[in-house]
Amino acid sequence: MFQNLFDDVKRMNKRQFLYQVLSFGMIVSSALMIWKGLMVVTGSESPIVVVLSGSMEPAFHRGDLLFLTNYKEEPVRVGEIVVFKVEGRDIPIVHRVLKLHEKVNGTVKFLTKGDNNSVDDRGLYAPGQLWLTKKDVVGRARGFLPYVGMVTIYMNEYPKFKVSEKQNT
Amino acid sequence: MHSVLTRGNAILAYTLSVLAALTFCCFISTVFIDYRAKATMNTVKVVVKNVPDYSASREKNDLGFLTFDLQTDLTHLFNWNVKQLFLYLTAEYSTPTNKLNQVVLWDKIILRGENAVLDFKNMNTKYYFWDDGNGLKGNPNVTLTLSWNIIPNAGLLPSIFAFGQHVFRFPSEYTTSRV
Repeated sequence: MFQNLFDDVKRMNKRQFLYQVLSFGMIVSSALMIWKGLMVVTGSESPIVVVLSGSMEPAFHRGDLLFLTNYKEEPVRVGEIVVFKVEGRDIPIVHRVLKLHEKVNGTVKFLTKGDNNSVDDRGLYAPGQLWLTKKDVVGRARGFLPYVGMVTIYMNEYPKFKVSEKQNT
Repeated sequence: MHSVLTRGNAILAYTLSVLAALTFCCFISTVFIDYRAKATMNTVKVVVKNVPDYSASREKNDLGFLTFDLQTDLTHLFNWNVKQLFLYLTAEYSTPTNKLNQVVLWDKIILRGENAVLDFKNMNTKYYFWDDGNGLKGNPNVTLTLSWNIIPNAGLLPSIFAFGQHVFRFPSEYTTSRV
């Protein structure tokens, strides 16, 4: 299969080859533009996330897709599903806000809990951390699409699957 | 020309686009539905204590205890694009330290097909009613509201407040007996 591919490339003249390279570049750059554009529109550093754990079941299962927004002027309120980062953990967590205290000067601290967990998230936070604040929040869940993120989970868990997929195409 | 692979590819691509179109129709058919409903709630017993919060700062904080009644019928909220309702009962109040406090006291998951007619009498709260400080004793204006977060099969995740709320006050003396 690879041999065929290189034969094709050899048969092309310079212009055809350049055209192939350019159209490949177009695909990559438009994907990047869409992602960065979504970041601007939603205000969130990662506007689409894949649910990786079962802590919000039966609402969200592993492999479901969430669309996030993170507008500064929209206040965080109890009952919202927030995606937040915790120091020392590289994977963001998707949980629901359980308690919230807002001071007069606007500083907010809140506590989260997964729907499927029996206790709140204090055990998941960094040692000594009791509350989350606005700077920990990556986004608030606004939209939901089931199953679609399963592809990325499979790719991450079985790198062989990723390789074989590449060879097939 | 038409190998198994190309046929398989065509079938897969067609299936995926049909599924995507159907999912979008499912989403668009329920976007504009009004999911509000009535709920009545009431508090039965309200008590406040002042005890150390070992789950947080270990300082003495106000801890409220209450039992509540709740009646509502949410059956009509369910349609083909509502997988689950997440109900939560929130206490909202303000104190000298914080201008806004929201504490979820109780929540419940109702999946489609389950009983959505609720009639609770003298229910205990599911979560502790800790204040961030000592703002519960004698607090004259604590509002109980019921809200629900709609989890669709595919689509938006709206949070809706129920019509109807209940305002109560905490007693102006701490209870020292066991509750």
